[in-house]
Amino acid sequence: MSGTPTIARVGLTGLLVSFGDIMSEPANRAALAFRAAVEAEGWPEVSETMMTLVSVFVAVDLVTVPAEAVEERLRALLAEEDWFAAPLPAGRTLWHVPTVYGTDLAPQLEEAAGIAGLDPDEAIRQLSTARMRVLTLGFAPGQPYLGELPAVWDIPRQQGLTKSVPAGALVVAIRQLIIFTGPTPTGWRHVGQTAFRNFNQRAKMPFALSPGDELIFPAIERAAFDRLTATESYGAADREAIA
Amino acid sequence: MSGTLHVINAGPALSLQDRGRTGYLAKGLTRGGAVDQLALCEGAALLGQSPDCAAIEMMGMGGTFEADADTVIALTGAEMTATLDGAPLIWNASHALPAGAKLVIGGVRSGTYGYLHVAGGVDTALEMGARSAHLTAGIGAVLTAGDALPIPSAAARSGQHLTPDDRLSGGVIRMIPSFQSELFSPETRARFRTTQFRRDPRANRQGVRLDMPGEGFVAEGGLSIVSEIITTGDIQITGDGAPYVLMCESQTTGGYPRIGTVIPADLPKVAQAPAGVELCFELISLDAAIAIETRARAEVKALPSRIAPLVRDPHDIADLLGYQLVSGAVSATADPFATKGEQP
Repeated sequence: MSGTPTIARVGLTGLLVSFGDIMSEPANRAALAFRAAVEAEGWPEVSETMMTLVSVFVAVDLVTVPAEAVEERLRALLAEEDWFAAPLPAGRTLWHVPTVYGTDLAPQLEEAAGIAGLDPDEAIRQLSTARMRVLTLGFAPGQPYLGELPAVWDIPRQQGLTKSVPAGALVVAIRQLIIFTGPTPTGWRHVGQTAFRNFNQRAKMPFALSPGDELIFPAIERAAFDRLTATESYGAADREAIA
Repeated sequence: MSGTLHVINAGPALSLQDRGRTGYLAKGLTRGGAVDQLALCEGAALLGQSPDCAAIEMMGMGGTFEADADTVIALTGAEMTATLDGAPLIWNASHALPAGAKLVIGGVRSGTYGYLHVAGGVDTALEMGARSAHLTAGIGAVLTAGDALPIPSAAARSGQHLTPDDRLSGGVIRMIPSFQSELFSPETRARFRTTQFRRDPRANRQGVRLDMPGEGFVAEGGLSIVSEIITTGDIQITGDGAPYVLMCESQTTGGYPRIGTVIPADLPKVAQAPAGVELCFELISLDAAIAIETRARAEVKALPSRIAPLVRDPHDIADLLGYQLVSGAVSATADPFATKGEQP
């Protein structure tokens, strides 16, 4: 599946390369690969880049740099390959994040399983074995949008908001998972609780995750969870490099 | 000698701010920093220092401060009442702050965000490359009574003054198209440009909500657009049809459509507009925006050349009677021909 990427100006602050106008796995992979390619070019006028679900923002001071010149380079780079078919970039990390499913810590597991048409054990089996990828970070610092779960998890957000779910909460909707950075009111359903911290400004690496990183959420018992502390190695998550 | 600036009383929204943090957009963190970046530059010009120096941002209300070492301060941005040991201080100027003197900054008289600068800049430890509090991200926090801020030993001239261009009372805000503008029909966009808005009381470092008469604005794609990058100044139309101008502490991405983007030179005007003040939007081309921004940057660079010694208004001198104001004057009742020592 492919489409024609578009390039648009973002005010005076840069250019936006979009690989689609709705979230899709191929568009997200294309954005991930293309952002890595732009970073690798090391163009001096590019001050930073970021990716959203389906786009890459290339920050350039358009007050001093003509947009046409940057646009031309981006078009040339786009033409180099079919970005929708590009392999995932190197340098990513796989995280194993211990998670308690259900219990009073994550009270909406059964409700979410029911909407997905699964019994709770099967829901936990699927959630705890799915290998999820960071589609983008946003909303709060370091907060990952993770995709994609099996199609049965294409469940809507709930109508009302849950007043607050805690930091480290694992929530689900629309085949995606989020780990919340801080306590947040949300329409996503709270199915798991981790001790993972997306953002710690005092850590050497303040942001745990990068777009493209992958995560697995193995199930642990409540008693084991209680022994974890948030200060310990990102909530006792193990990480390994993805070769 | 370096010292400490003590916060003795604090209004509800005081925070340390500088130019913010760049390079973290990909991680979901916006730049933050002073809402009125021009005020930061004006303070730097008054004190003859780098605009990278951190200053205290005060929304609506100031606080009481005391330093334990002699320093020099500058006051910029929204005009607030200010006194030093009871004597009124002029805004947009630098003043000596002797050790132990009490600086009291009260309510805002015009505008929204005032700034208190100190010579050399407030010298707290850098956090992720900056000293500014990013309140929505939970980096740093608002300043409260009892806070002690390290200040360096730095020389600066007091008694300097700057007359800023007016940006404290709303008016016409120039905007350029957003990459999402065309999600709105031409009629909706035209109506947006002819609407007289008022700044809603709901405004903070994340965004400024605008009120309007009549119905809200609706994008044709509805609310189902894919979440996309936000840049500072984006005018986002939320679910109820009201616009929000997104400020320095906004989210990095958002799913509400943007009808336009305020040009950087007019952002301080949006930030400083007090609640209830009228604002309207003028659409300009990208080329025009580039020309305006080029000029604005040159003007910021030229700020030091606009600094002039303060000519004090006698009205503002508290101990006026202590001055010898009439030296050399003659008495109307005295006999000018009398020899010295003789009384008429």
